[in-house]
Amino acid sequence: MIEFRSVSKQFPDGTLAVDDFSLTIPSHRTTVLVGSSGSGKTTLLRMINRMVDPTAGTIEIDGVDIASLEPVKLRRSIGYVMQNSGLLPHRKVVDNVATVPLLRGVPRKKARADALALLDTVGLDRTLADRYPSQLSGGQQQRVGVARGLAVNPNILLMDEPFGAVDPIVRAELQQELIRLQTELGKTVVFVTHDVDEAFLLGDQVVILQQGGRIAQIGTPTDILAHPANDFVASFIGAERGKRALHLERHDGRDVLVDSDGRLAGVLVGDAPGQGVGFR
Amino acid sequence: MNWVWANLDLIWDRTLDHLVLSVPPIILSFVIALPLGWLANRYRLSRGVILTASGLLYAIPSFPMFIVLPALVGTTLRSPLNLVIALTIYGVALMVRVVADGLASVDADVQRSAVAVGFSTWTTFWQVELPLSGPVLLAGLRVVAVSTVSLATVGAVIGAQSLGSLFTDGFQRGIQAEIITGIVATVLLALLLDGALVAVGRLALPWTRARKTVKADARLRLPVEVTS
Repeated sequence: MIEFRSVSKQFPDGTLAVDDFSLTIPSHRTTVLVGSSGSGKTTLLRMINRMVDPTAGTIEIDGVDIASLEPVKLRRSIGYVMQNSGLLPHRKVVDNVATVPLLRGVPRKKARADALALLDTVGLDRTLADRYPSQLSGGQQQRVGVARGLAVNPNILLMDEPFGAVDPIVRAELQQELIRLQTELGKTVVFVTHDVDEAFLLGDQVVILQQGGRIAQIGTPTDILAHPANDFVASFIGAERGKRALHLERHDGRDVLVDSDGRLAGVLVGDAPGQGVGFR
Repeated sequence: MNWVWANLDLIWDRTLDHLVLSVPPIILSFVIALPLGWLANRYRLSRGVILTASGLLYAIPSFPMFIVLPALVGTTLRSPLNLVIALTIYGVALMVRVVADGLASVDADVQRSAVAVGFSTWTTFWQVELPLSGPVLLAGLRVVAVSTVSLATVGAVIGAQSLGSLFTDGFQRGIQAEIITGIVATVLLALLLDGALVAVGRLALPWTRARKTVKADARLRLPVEVTS
């Protein structure tokens, strides 16, 4: 469990990136921080592994104040996946995955063997192990990034817009892969994105952020979609317009769903009592 | 050519002298420039001071330097050590900026990600920044190597034996073949050291070639692998 308690961050230039932010991130679930730029979401993520230290408040991991932990050691115990993979261009794929175990003193042979097994886990062919990152596609690099994040078998996996730079088809693939992995591994995932669809797809708990890290709403995707807390949330998730504002029309004896632009969004197939209209 | 055949031993000896005078300064200037360049790259204030100061070193004329150095470091006027020190100073003058630029050329995202996964400042330098600035460092080192080999000939004037001695001697005794031999041998030696550095670079920086040569292959395989 990760707990933010009245955390603020003011940068030296005076910008207040996060103001009095409190949040509990439950273990073994995926929590998505979603917001536009300036919402402080990446700053919040980087506070968890002390890439950024708060100017006020405390952050606890399983009851331990992380300010009391040595940053380098803390970072080696937390998986980190970032946009553009952040792989080391001068190391082969297998060595990239083995990077953190090696830093932690795992013998080279074992680290490499484990790294090869992790390539299987993230759905990469072992023949890619001896390639350099520049010889892989964007999607493959991102998978290697995930494998590296998992290499020390961390409890916590931080993901900073990891699928932001790949094309939509590959992104959808990677998202499904992450859902599959998470079902198997049950990590405490903290995921940052500006994409609401991605947040709703991946998040067990979704945190919608306004400027300065103010929480607009926390909840499950269904909660938020069904009961947007305020106009900001409603407009941010697009509930009042476009493809999320659906209504029923009857055509040839069947109910079809139509969005506010008049485009056909789908057909209604039977009732799902108490669940509302799920179209994800 | 007769002069060359008759004096192969002499040419060989002077070549070895020349190597002994020029290889240590090349290595030393690299080793000394590393921390200075790192410092220059690390802080904005130190960047200005260090780069300006090291740049100015190169402006010191070599002859006054040869005369002042013995007084400063306590060597004798004719010691080859003077030359080694002087050449090292010139090498450092070139290399500090190269190191600073090389370190600055490392992708900020890669650095940040290295820190994020748990590299310390020390391991980031040795395992990430230094190897990734390798191509820039190598380019700078090649310039230093060639310029050091060429500058080392000046030593002949202050009594440090080198291939330069062939042209001072040839000039004094009017042996044209000796002068030309000195020039050609200096150029060849410079090319040899340059080639050696390129070879070291090939071994030490394998990923720089992988990028260029295997990309086409990677692209061909792409559709197969993405779907797997």
